[in-house]
Amino acid sequence: MDAALLGQLAEAVGTDWLYTAEHDLRVYESDGLLQYAATPAAAVLPGSAAQVQAVVRACARAGVPWVARGAGSGLSGGALPIAEGVLIVLSRLRRVLAIDLENARVQVEPGVTNASVSAAVGPRFFYPPDPSSQIVCSIGGNVAENSGGAHCFKYGFTTNYVTGLELVLPDGELIELGGPELDAPGYDLLGAFVGSEGTLGVATKVWLRVVPAPEAVRTLVAFFDSTREAGEAVSAIVQGGVVPGAIEMMDARAIEASEAMAHAGWVAGDGAHRAAALLVELDGAAHECHARFDEVVAICARCGSDDVRVARDEAERQLFWKTRKAAFPAMGRLAPNYFVQDGVIPRTRLPDVLERIEELARAYDLLVANVFHAGDGNLHPLVCFDAAVPGQAERAEELSGLIIDVCLKVGGSITGEHGVGVDKRKHMPKMFAEADLDAFQRLRCSFDPAGLANPGKLMPTPRLCGEVPGPYRQHPLEAAGLAERF
Amino acid sequence: MARPGTLAEAAALLRELSAAGRPVRPVGGGTKPWGAPDAAGAEPLETGGLGRILEHNVGDFTAVLEAGVPFAAAQAAFAEHGQALAWDPPAGGGATLGGIMATADSGPLRHRFGGVRDLVVGVGVVLSDGTVAKAGGKVIKNVAGYDLAKLFAGSFGTLGLIATLAVRLHPAATATATASGASDDPERLLRAAVALAGAPLEADCLDVAWADGAGELLVRYSGGTAARRAQETAARLGELLEAPRADEDDAPRWHAQRARQRGAAVLKVSGLTTDLPRVVAVAREQRATVAGRAALGLYWLAFEPAAGDALAQPGAAARDDLARRVAAARTALAPRAATLLDGAAATLALDPWPAAGSAQVVMERLKARFDPARTFRPGSFVAGI
Repeated sequence: MDAALLGQLAEAVGTDWLYTAEHDLRVYESDGLLQYAATPAAAVLPGSAAQVQAVVRACARAGVPWVARGAGSGLSGGALPIAEGVLIVLSRLRRVLAIDLENARVQVEPGVTNASVSAAVGPRFFYPPDPSSQIVCSIGGNVAENSGGAHCFKYGFTTNYVTGLELVLPDGELIELGGPELDAPGYDLLGAFVGSEGTLGVATKVWLRVVPAPEAVRTLVAFFDSTREAGEAVSAIVQGGVVPGAIEMMDARAIEASEAMAHAGWVAGDGAHRAAALLVELDGAAHECHARFDEVVAICARCGSDDVRVARDEAERQLFWKTRKAAFPAMGRLAPNYFVQDGVIPRTRLPDVLERIEELARAYDLLVANVFHAGDGNLHPLVCFDAAVPGQAERAEELSGLIIDVCLKVGGSITGEHGVGVDKRKHMPKMFAEADLDAFQRLRCSFDPAGLANPGKLMPTPRLCGEVPGPYRQHPLEAAGLAERF
Repeated sequence: MARPGTLAEAAALLRELSAAGRPVRPVGGGTKPWGAPDAAGAEPLETGGLGRILEHNVGDFTAVLEAGVPFAAAQAAFAEHGQALAWDPPAGGGATLGGIMATADSGPLRHRFGGVRDLVVGVGVVLSDGTVAKAGGKVIKNVAGYDLAKLFAGSFGTLGLIATLAVRLHPAATATATASGASDDPERLLRAAVALAGAPLEADCLDVAWADGAGELLVRYSGGTAARRAQETAARLGELLEAPRADEDDAPRWHAQRARQRGAAVLKVSGLTTDLPRVVAVAREQRATVAGRAALGLYWLAFEPAAGDALAQPGAAARDDLARRVAAARTALAPRAATLLDGAAATLALDPWPAAGSAQVVMERLKARFDPARTFRPGSFVAGI
C-alpha cells in the first residue's frame, strides 16, 4: 500500500490503531462465513466519527477501496476485506450516547452490541430486532444488513427501528439522515441505507426507536409427526389472527443435534414420529397473551400434535430457546462442515418446499437439517458435508444453490436476513433482471460514484458509475421570487 | 392526457415524453395535489389504467397490485378474506395505492403497523428513460438487493412512476374499542401520553387531538379483548386526565380524528412525543387544530381561513392571513421539520418543503440518476428537486 496513504491513516487514527502486519491483519480475514478469506492491506480502528471521516477521506483521495466491519459475525461475507484495500474496524466506537425513554429513543455508536441496546433501556423498554448473534453483533452491522431475528415476524426488522443516522459518505463527507424524529423531509434515504451492506457509506451514529417490554410472555414447544402438520399449524395460528412474537420450526435432524447439546428432553427421529418441533412464543398485554396462548395450544393439538409442552417458568423458557439456538453450533455433531442457506418462501409453500429439499438431499446423498423462522417463511437449511472427502464440498454447494432455486420458483427470495455479501452474488441474476440491477446501481452511484465502499459485494458483477448529467436547478418558487430556501 | 394500460405502454410513453422534454405529473385518484406547484404544462400521467389486483395470496397475507388500484377496492377485496392492508389515510376513499405510497400518507394505525413504507415489500417502477425495474419481492422478509420501495415511498412522484406494489396484509380488525381522556392542559396531556406510550398496551392507535382549546388522548384496541382493555385503559386515564370513557362504537371518533389531518392548509410536523405542549401552544397561537401520533411524535396542524372568506380570490385578506399563520407556526416549531401539505402551497405562495439538510446532496444525485431528463415533476420536491 502507498506509503503516503499509510501515513495519512496513521495520522487519522494514531499509529497504535493502524495495523499493517500480516499477523495483526489475519484476525480480520473472514467474517462469520469462514469459506471466504482475504487479508486487507491495512486495518484501522478509529476512535471517533471524525477519525472515520479522516480515514474515508484519505481513501477517497487515494482512490483506494475500503470495507467497514462491525463485530464480524455476518454470514454472507459482507465484511470480507479487499486485499488491496483498507478495513475500517468500528469496534472502538461503542458508546451509548443518549437514552431518552420519554421519547423511546436511544442514540448509539455503531460498535455497540445489539444486546446492550436492550440492556441500556431495560427493563421497561427493549430493542426488538434480535439476531441470534445478538450478544456479539454490532448495531452498525445490523444497520448494514437490516438484521432480523426470531421475533421479526411480529416486531419487524432493523429498518423499522432506525430513525436517524450520522454517516460518512464514500467521498468523506459527513451527513445526517433523519434524527430522533420520524419522517425527515425528502427521499427516505434511511430506508435505502439500512440493508445496503456497507456499500453506501459508513454509519457513525445511530438513532434507534425502542418499545415497551411486553407485560407477559408465554412459550411452548409442540411436536408433530411431520413437518407438513407443523406447517399447517403455523398457517392455522396466523390465519386465526394471532401474531406470535416468535414461531420457529425445527426438523428431526435439527432437533436431534440440538438436543444432544442442550439436553431439554426433546426426542425426535424414532421412525416418522416427532419429525418436527414448533416453538411458539406469544408476548404482549397479559389478557390478550393468555387468551391467545390457549388458542395456540388448541390449534397445535388440532393439527396433530400429541405433545405440547408449555414452559412453566423463565428457566424452562430459556431452555427451549437454548435448544433452538443450539441448532447451528450443534451441526458439528452431524458433520464436520455445513453450508447454511437463508432463502425465503411464501409461508404456505412450506410443506412442498421441505419435501423438495428432502428429495434433493437424497439425490445428492447429503444430510440437510432444517431450522426456520416459520412465521415469515425464512428457511435455514443446513447442508452437511465433510470437506475432507474429495468433491463433497462442491456437491454441497451445488445442492445449496438448488435449494435457493426452489425458493425462487415458489416466489421467494435468496436471502431473508443474512444479506447477499459475496456469498449470494451469483444468485442475484436469478431473482433480478438486468433492468432491476441497473436501478440498484443508480442508487449505489448516488452515494458512491467512485465505487470505493465495499465494492464486489451485493451486486453480481462489478459495475462503474457513469457521469451524472445536469447541474442543480433553481426551484420554480425561488425563480418566481415567491419563496426562499429555509 | 396520458393513461397507460400496461407497464410497457407506460415505458413507451415516458421515453417519448422525456425525449420531447415534456414534464409529467403522475396522478392516481387526484386527491392529493401536494408538493410545490408543477411546471406549467406538466402532462398528467394517470394510473387508472393500471388498476389490476395481480395476486392476493390469502394464506401468505400478501398481495401484489398495480398502482392505480383504488384503495377502497383493494380493501374490499382483502376484506372478503378477513384481511386488510393496515393503512388508514384520511379520506382514503378516492385515493389509489400508488398515490398513498407516493405521498406516504398515513393515519392512526401507524402506531401499531408502521408507516406506508413499512408494509410495502416490493415495488415495480417505470423510469423516465423507459426502464421498467423492480425491487424487493412478495415475501414479508427479504434483504436481497437495495430497498427501492422505501426510496419511492414518499417520493411524491419525482423519481419515477410507481407502477406495481407488493404489500403485507394483516387480519382485519374484528371488534374495536377506544379509551379516551380529556384535558385543556397540554402538560397533563403529555404526562398521560408518555405514561401510555411507555406501557405495553399493544394498542392499534395512540393519538392526541387538540381543537377549540380542548385536548384529548385516544387509545384504540382491536380483537376479542378490545372492550375490556379499553375499559382498563379508561380507568387508568381517569387518574391522569378528565372525562375518561370507553366506547365500542368508536368509528365516528376516529373518522373525525383522521379528518384533522386535512384542511385548507396542513403542516405535518416531524417531532417527538415530548414536543406535544409546544405543538399545542403553536396551534393555539395560530388557530389550528392538532392530530398527532402521541408515541411517534408526528403531528398534523390543520388551518382554516377566517370564516366566510374565499382563498382563491386574488388579494384576499383571508389568504394572506392564512399564509402568515402557517409561516409563523413553522418558525415557532423550528428546528422541527414542518411540511406543508394539502395543496395549499400554490395558493399561499409558500415552499411546502422544509430544508433537506446535509442529505440534500445525495437526494440531488438520486434525482439525477433516476430521472436524468427531469421528467418527473421537476422542481416540485424538497430543495427544488
